[in-house]
Amino acid sequence: MTSEHAVDHHDVDIDKHVRIYVTVFVALMALTIITVAISRLHLPVHIAVSIALLVALIKGSLVACYFMHLISEKKLIYAVLGLTAAFFAALLALPALTTSNGFWIH
Amino acid sequence: MEIPYTVEIRRDTGLTNGKIGIWLFLASEVMLFGALFASYILIRTGAPVWPRGDTILNVPLATFNTIVLISSSVTMVMAWASLKRNRFGTFRMYMGATILLGATFLVVKYFEYSHKFELGLFPSTSNFLALYFTLTGLHMLHVIGGMAVNAYFWGPGAKLWKTNPEWFTNRVEHSGLFWHFVDLVWIFLFPTLYLL
Amino acid sequence: MSDPAAVAPPKTHGAHEAHHEELGFWRKYVFSTDHKVIGIQYAVTGLLFLLFGFSLMMLMRWNLAYPGAALPLLGKILGDSRMPGGTMLPEFYNELGAMHGTIMVFMGVVPLAVGGFGNFVLPLQIGAPDMAFPRLNMLSYWSFFLGGVTMLVSFFVPGGSAQSGWTSYAPLAVIASTGQTVWLFGMVFLITSSLLGAINFIATTIQLRAKGLTFMRFPFFVWAQFVTAFLLLLAFPPLEAAAFMQLMDRLAGTSFFLPSGLVVSGQVLTNAGGGNPLLWQHLFWFLAHPEVYVLILPAMGIVAEIIANNTRKPLWGYRSMVYSLIFLGFMSFIVWAHHMFMTGMGTAMAAFFQTTTMIISIPSVVILTALIISLWGGSIRFNTPMLFACGFLPMFGIGGLTGLPLGLNVTDIPLHDTYYVIAHFHYVVAPGTIFALFAGIYYWYPKATGRKMSETLGKIHFAGSFVCMNVVFMPMFIMGLAGVSRRLYDGGAGYAFAQPVLHWNIVSSWGAWALGLFQLPFIFNFFWSIWKGEKAEDNAWQATTIEWAAAPSPPPHGNFHVAPEAYRGPYEYSVPGAARDFVPQCEA
Repeated sequence: MTSEHAVDHHDVDIDKHVRIYVTVFVALMALTIITVAISRLHLPVHIAVSIALLVALIKGSLVACYFMHLISEKKLIYAVLGLTAAFFAALLALPALTTSNGFWIH
Repeated sequence: MEIPYTVEIRRDTGLTNGKIGIWLFLASEVMLFGALFASYILIRTGAPVWPRGDTILNVPLATFNTIVLISSSVTMVMAWASLKRNRFGTFRMYMGATILLGATFLVVKYFEYSHKFELGLFPSTSNFLALYFTLTGLHMLHVIGGMAVNAYFWGPGAKLWKTNPEWFTNRVEHSGLFWHFVDLVWIFLFPTLYLL
Repeated sequence: MSDPAAVAPPKTHGAHEAHHEELGFWRKYVFSTDHKVIGIQYAVTGLLFLLFGFSLMMLMRWNLAYPGAALPLLGKILGDSRMPGGTMLPEFYNELGAMHGTIMVFMGVVPLAVGGFGNFVLPLQIGAPDMAFPRLNMLSYWSFFLGGVTMLVSFFVPGGSAQSGWTSYAPLAVIASTGQTVWLFGMVFLITSSLLGAINFIATTIQLRAKGLTFMRFPFFVWAQFVTAFLLLLAFPPLEAAAFMQLMDRLAGTSFFLPSGLVVSGQVLTNAGGGNPLLWQHLFWFLAHPEVYVLILPAMGIVAEIIANNTRKPLWGYRSMVYSLIFLGFMSFIVWAHHMFMTGMGTAMAAFFQTTTMIISIPSVVILTALIISLWGGSIRFNTPMLFACGFLPMFGIGGLTGLPLGLNVTDIPLHDTYYVIAHFHYVVAPGTIFALFAGIYYWYPKATGRKMSETLGKIHFAGSFVCMNVVFMPMFIMGLAGVSRRLYDGGAGYAFAQPVLHWNIVSSWGAWALGLFQLPFIFNFFWSIWKGEKAEDNAWQATTIEWAAAPSPPPHGNFHVAPEAYRGPYEYSVPGAARDFVPQCEA
């Protein structure tokens, strides 16, 4: 009745996953320290933004790929997220571009 | 009447209904926070001056909170892994830790906010603060929502483990995905508001 | 529970399922999780709001035709705060205008087109027992209901309802009276309803379709609802964020949308300033442009079904129609600033948005053309659904074509915010979408009730509505080209240049009131036919799609006695050598 067999036959797999979770956790801690440390350098805004964004992207990807198992997800989920990413990019970029002191174009 | 693919996956998509449902929900949340980040960009680039985050906000406290939230993400995924290993007791422990860490995050935020109010710093004071309070406020609402769901699965919802352990495991996984997303948003919010 | 290893289509419910829990009245008819009940709830509520929103407009049209004149009877009932001595105050006109738009779009058309038709028809058309998340579905309806009630309540707060247009532009909306706050909360409920519904529709379409029902065998209606759901899912959240920010501006004193040094009634505001009114416009239109495709796509889906069925022919160009739908959905996210050409965005970005806008007209034209070509060589049955479906085609054509000068930056300059715009979008939504929705009601009524609506009353409804719609909206192009602005409570009477075209206001108003009269046969027909309508067979229209061919009329809980399987495409009409002039999709 309760399908216990389906629940624990992935034990070996899970052990591997758990090792990855711990590694990712350590990486995230390190990257957090790094991003705070770099911020203390008070670099010029454009450089500071780029570096902070890069670190955040790495951290975010680690959480997404390993904690959220995105790295082994199905194509359909990738399709939905890809579409979302495209519209997210449009939403962030286009309004700013329409202002006279937007990124590049006037 | 039974809805198929609630627990077992549909072969051609490889997904359960719940899995695709939660990812669709997260996609909409990406757009929600995206709009707020777009607002931040538009308002900041349009402002003649903009304070650096650490001149107004408490970076050490927020760094601590970042560590708390990332840790809670680990305990969350460990909670799910425990269920996959058929260890309900360990699940209870990790899920409990996740909830406690979430509560810690909220307590820290409470101190952060009340300190700002004491100093006369309100959302209405400046656009920097308006964005700070709105962004972290909305994020906080999501933390509370996630905690409520987690608490349900730690408490009354846990009896589903006895009758349908696979469904319970999947639901914990889905709630975990939401929790990781909340962590992910913070990973971007923290540098944006506090460090730049 | 089911065996987790099973991959074959699970047996759906029949009379032989084990659980026969007798649900009480409330769980069966009010808080039902059955998609058919929920669909009808959405449809009826949506129709009521459509009627209410239309009534608001009929009231507005009085002041547009006869500015400053006292309205007999109704004028007195509405009281001195809104119509002193029976004459309409400008503030009241603005309330009516803002709420007419809000109600029609968010509480009328979308709930009917998506919540009503989508919920009722989609699971049946894909051979599913229900939606993937029935309880979430029920929550979606009640969230919509709450949102609707909230909006209605806004009329009764001091200062009246929202009155800054359905677009609620900052800074006007930020400094407006309490009704605007209620509007914002109402929007949060309505948006939540749509988001939850969208999740359900997408998951259901992907996961619960019958065996053999591949994506390219979907009825066009299913594709239309599927793409629409993505639009709702990804475009609505930014408006929800914007609504929160406007609430913050109004309630917490923030200045997200308030610029520095704003002067209101001679006084400089004391807020922090530094905000950007255009930010509101960007976030609003980021939703509102895809929203107009939410308004039209289900309509195209309905029309496609009815045309295929009543020409006894497959749709012409099904594949190109599907690809156009997908392309249209994608493009709809990157055209929004064509609503903002007058905001000073610079030539580069204006060129970008004007280009994407021109490109997006292509898939629309493909779909319309394919539908028209589908008529060629058909054995056409001119029943009421078909009349409305055919009526949709030229009306949507006019609406779409008149959008082109609006989508080009330069020609938009004299036309922006004039009656030309009102004519353009009403052509698309009113004799466009709403005609398609009427068509759908006449078409699927037998599936929901087991009876057909009266054809005679239906034809009167169609003929009268078709003529009146054109009487109402065609003159507005003339007024707009003459330069008459929209949202003027006196219809332009205060402007010297408008004098030569003002008489058109009277024409439009009488057209609107006549249009209202012609809805009476429909309303009567809708209710009368439940008891007295001609009894219909299960496949009332001899259709090929699964909801007609495999489910009883009305379908039981669980929809099908045996889970259907798809063996062919959705429009196998007039197949050479077949016994009948149609071969159902699910017939073995």
